[in-house]
Amino acid sequence: MVVAEQKPLKEILEMLQPYDKILVAGCKGCVTVCNAGGKKEVEILAAELRIARKKEGREADIKEITLERQCDPEYIVQLEEIIRDRDAVLSIACSVGPQYIAGRFLDKMVFPGLNTTFIGGSLEHGVFAEFCQACGACKIHNFGGLCPIARCSKSLFNGPCGGSSKGKCEISKDVDCVWQLIYERMTRLGQLDRLTQVIPCKDWITSRDGGPRKTIREDLRL
Amino acid sequence: MKSGSKLERILTAGHFAVTGECGPPRGANVEVMRQKAAHLKGVVDAVNVTDNQTAVVRLSSLAGCLILMQEGLEPNLQMVVRDRNRIALQSDILGAYALGIRNMLCLSGDHQRFGDHPSSKNVFDLDSLQLIQTVYRMREEGKFINGQDIDTPPKMFIGAAANPFADPFEFRAVRLAKKVAAGVDFIQTQCIYNLDRFEKFMEQVRDMGLDEKIFILGGVTPMKSVGMANYMKNQVPGMDVPDAIINRMKGVAKKDQAKEGIAIAVETIQRLKEMKGIAGVHIMAIEWEERVPEIVEMAGLLPRPEI
Repeated sequence: MVVAEQKPLKEILEMLQPYDKILVAGCKGCVTVCNAGGKKEVEILAAELRIARKKEGREADIKEITLERQCDPEYIVQLEEIIRDRDAVLSIACSVGPQYIAGRFLDKMVFPGLNTTFIGGSLEHGVFAEFCQACGACKIHNFGGLCPIARCSKSLFNGPCGGSSKGKCEISKDVDCVWQLIYERMTRLGQLDRLTQVIPCKDWITSRDGGPRKTIREDLRL
Repeated sequence: MKSGSKLERILTAGHFAVTGECGPPRGANVEVMRQKAAHLKGVVDAVNVTDNQTAVVRLSSLAGCLILMQEGLEPNLQMVVRDRNRIALQSDILGAYALGIRNMLCLSGDHQRFGDHPSSKNVFDLDSLQLIQTVYRMREEGKFINGQDIDTPPKMFIGAAANPFADPFEFRAVRLAKKVAAGVDFIQTQCIYNLDRFEKFMEQVRDMGLDEKIFILGGVTPMKSVGMANYMKNQVPGMDVPDAIINRMKGVAKKDQAKEGIAIAVETIQRLKEMKGIAGVHIMAIEWEERVPEIVEMAGLLPRPEI
């Protein structure tokens, strides 16, 4: 999933300062799963905004909505009614959400309530980690099913580097050296010989480096 | 003087400057650079050395600059932000200055998909505006991006590009103003073929008072043939070649097209000389350096001032 985390309340309040009528818009997709922008978080954030506004002696005109998804035009149109009298929308979807709203509602100010952090998963309750960098050409089977692009700090294909120590990365003791993990996996699988081959230069054209990407599924088009 | 470069001295003294361009070879063939340099010596005030232009691997700009210096030419180091992060960029600026380079042109760089290594990653840690700001801060405050002091700060004459022919047209002068605010000293524009549109751009520039803050050099590229004119018109993004120019090239026999292309370039320079706010020309004769002397001569810009 796309993992995101809420911006500090102070930053959100500063962004929204000039606006009176606010819509807080959540998303039932990834950000619900990572507890950053679902219905529950919309309620909490809206309540926090109301309290903050009241403290300032301002009217607290905050509306709430949580869409099925904010990355789909068919759900974005559902905002049409509620957005009409709003000065600004605070989207707490991943950054795709506010961009869809901005693209659909040309006269409305849109603000991101979250920082979109990475594509990843949860390690335990409340802990999320990065697993994928969306390079567009998956080759993790060469690495015991683990991704060195997303999980090695240097994105090395022929690691580990000289900074690997006791299973940890040189940038921090809190970061696992994925090459240690790859080595252990390949050893267990009896495929260590595959790691002796030099992996040649990667074609990054399918990654963000090749420019903004688009997928066209002819079989799904109407 | 900010850098003391010859280009800066010539512009500051109020002379109409002439700069040239030299693309390094796709290999380590130094002779190619030396031959190009020979054509430009005494004809232009400074020579841009391109930095892997069109994202094609070439001998490095920094090395190319040194070769030109050995040949007695003043180089203008082009630096793109496509291939290096802020560590490498700042390091190369220090190195360039230490070796005697005094002019720099801060650019974004063509996307690598246009080039000969489309599968490469790109960097774009900084953009061209931020690179200007960085070089300016290194010179004026003696500081790196991180705020730390530099022991012997590099003092560069800071250049950048402007393309009045890209969209949205109305924003082009505003973007130039941003480059001025970031600390640029001189601008070399994209090749000018549509002089009417360029005039309109310059009107906006003058209304904003930008021409009084910096030196603007109009870009001129002589065309060798109608084929090149068509290519520039249709294949190069952000290039505006009016039909009148194409028709003029078409209107002469094939063997005379190069001459016609040079005549157009000379006429363009003559109009630029009269244009308020234009401080010089930047002649980009792509793989055609040997024709630069006659262009500069015909435009009445020889001999070059010795300052």
